[in-house]
Amino acid sequence: MPVSIQQRRSAEPSLRIVCPNGHLGFAPIKPGSFAIGCAAEPDLICADSGSCDVGPGPLGADVSSSPRRWQVQDLETMLLASRRLGVPMIIGSAGDTGSNSRVDLFVGIIRDLAAKHRLPKFRLGHFYSEIAKDELSRRMQTGETVAGLDGRAALDLVTLDATDRIVAVAGIHPYIKLLDAGADVIIGGRSSDCAIFAAPAIRRGFPPALAYFYGKILECASFCAEPYAAKESVLGEITMDDVKVTALLPEQRCTIASVAGHAMYERANPFYEYFLGGHIDMRDCRYEQYDERTVRITGPRYVPATELRVKLEGSGKIGERFVGVVGVRDPYTIAHIDEVIAWARRQAEEQLGPSGWELHFTVYGRNAILGELEPLKASPAHEIAIVVQAVAPTRQLAEEACMIGTRQMFYARLPAVKGTAGGIAFLLDEVMPASPAHRWTINHTLRLDDPLELFPTFLTEAGV
Amino acid sequence: MASRPLSEIAKTIRSKNAGVDHITFDVIFAGRADYDHVRRSGVLSRAAVCRIFGIDDGRITDYVEFAPALAIKFTIRRTSPSGSPGDADIFGSQHYGPLLGIKVPGEGPDDR
Repeated sequence: MPVSIQQRRSAEPSLRIVCPNGHLGFAPIKPGSFAIGCAAEPDLICADSGSCDVGPGPLGADVSSSPRRWQVQDLETMLLASRRLGVPMIIGSAGDTGSNSRVDLFVGIIRDLAAKHRLPKFRLGHFYSEIAKDELSRRMQTGETVAGLDGRAALDLVTLDATDRIVAVAGIHPYIKLLDAGADVIIGGRSSDCAIFAAPAIRRGFPPALAYFYGKILECASFCAEPYAAKESVLGEITMDDVKVTALLPEQRCTIASVAGHAMYERANPFYEYFLGGHIDMRDCRYEQYDERTVRITGPRYVPATELRVKLEGSGKIGERFVGVVGVRDPYTIAHIDEVIAWARRQAEEQLGPSGWELHFTVYGRNAILGELEPLKASPAHEIAIVVQAVAPTRQLAEEACMIGTRQMFYARLPAVKGTAGGIAFLLDEVMPASPAHRWTINHTLRLDDPLELFPTFLTEAGV
Repeated sequence: MASRPLSEIAKTIRSKNAGVDHITFDVIFAGRADYDHVRRSGVLSRAAVCRIFGIDDGRITDYVEFAPALAIKFTIRRTSPSGSPGDADIFGSQHYGPLLGIKVPGEGPDDR
């Protein structure tokens, strides 16, 4: 066990957090390194459960992206450790999306687990993060601008109308409020990943610059260590002067390269991290190898926001969806595949009219993944697959459009084709129902007067 | 010195969503000499990135040389948000493919 874990705390105040998972419920926690972390006198056990990576479907349809059994398993691992050690447990962005139903789902799981294990009574806090469309519409109509992020235009009412569900991304505030109220376990709605860890640190009086950095570096668990091994626990410690992060899996180390490398993971720019209430500037961060598995970080700066703006995430359903898959082996047909696709699309237009449905053709073996960005799109492979997605208001129409788009490629009329018994190979002579198609309609910010105004908190009891 | 593919020089070459509208690319080196050599060679400059992916400079929202991680990092805007129908890389996690074969002239440490 590295020195930084063996050592008892120094005389100066510090706060230790174990983070067992960077996306709780998405893939199970590895128990070995988590047990090591729990033996290292943590003050809290915290994990983020949310991500936009899963696409707009789960938020729009209000579902999770993983089976309930995986969620129960991770929550059980954390809850039992938290209650045994008598330290708080915090989960942010419950159930992938942090919508109200996902918070309720996790709160219910915690209650069930408390009863199942006959855990002594504890205080269970939760907060919601959804904002109703009507409420956002009302604010827009009173002149509030919902500003676009990442080059998007300001939100208009048409786009809002095409949205099914909106979550606001909370900062530290509801977590601090619930900790102040004595919560032992907190299930958070959508929130900034770093806020889950920063909140208890700021509440204890540690500098915000270090506290937010602390959250940023811990939130993906073992992704800040090397070699690559996901879902392993890491241990963080914050003092008044620095942040330290230690890899707990015996085979892993936190190195300057792995920690600095993680500081830029999944964000457009490695120097700034934004959250409700401000941002941190990491241009002058210093990374030092503290012991063989621990990196010490100093130097981030906290920049409070001049105006309180909360990030909003919204998803809207486009339609029902069906999927078909075909293959092509004839080199001439492969070379003219765009004409085959155009033929199939024309047949759909002739049968279904020019609008009211969508067809998307994804050509594997040519440029499926990168699309127009593919440098090798002019030199496709010797065989290719085309995935056909049809989207329409009803399942019936989506199925029919998908069937036309898929089957009509078989009949495409290419002038010099040698094979006159069918232009494509069917994987299945059928089309398959898929989850409804959604899109991210909202990636915007809204001005707030109070950082808690969209995040109502609740405190109840669980256990026996 | 003969050129070598970037995949033989860089420790990590990856891409990933940065929010729902962006894909960010990280090219990370194990040593300072390789980092400096690739940086100076220009094969991963903004202009080179535009050539590789066939995009205008306006699509690049961030371009950073990040010394603490010995990394070159750039971010491009998606034409439609992640997970929209037809998007075949919802996590943005395979967009780095074209970077692997970039030819880097000379040998890093010996080229100074």
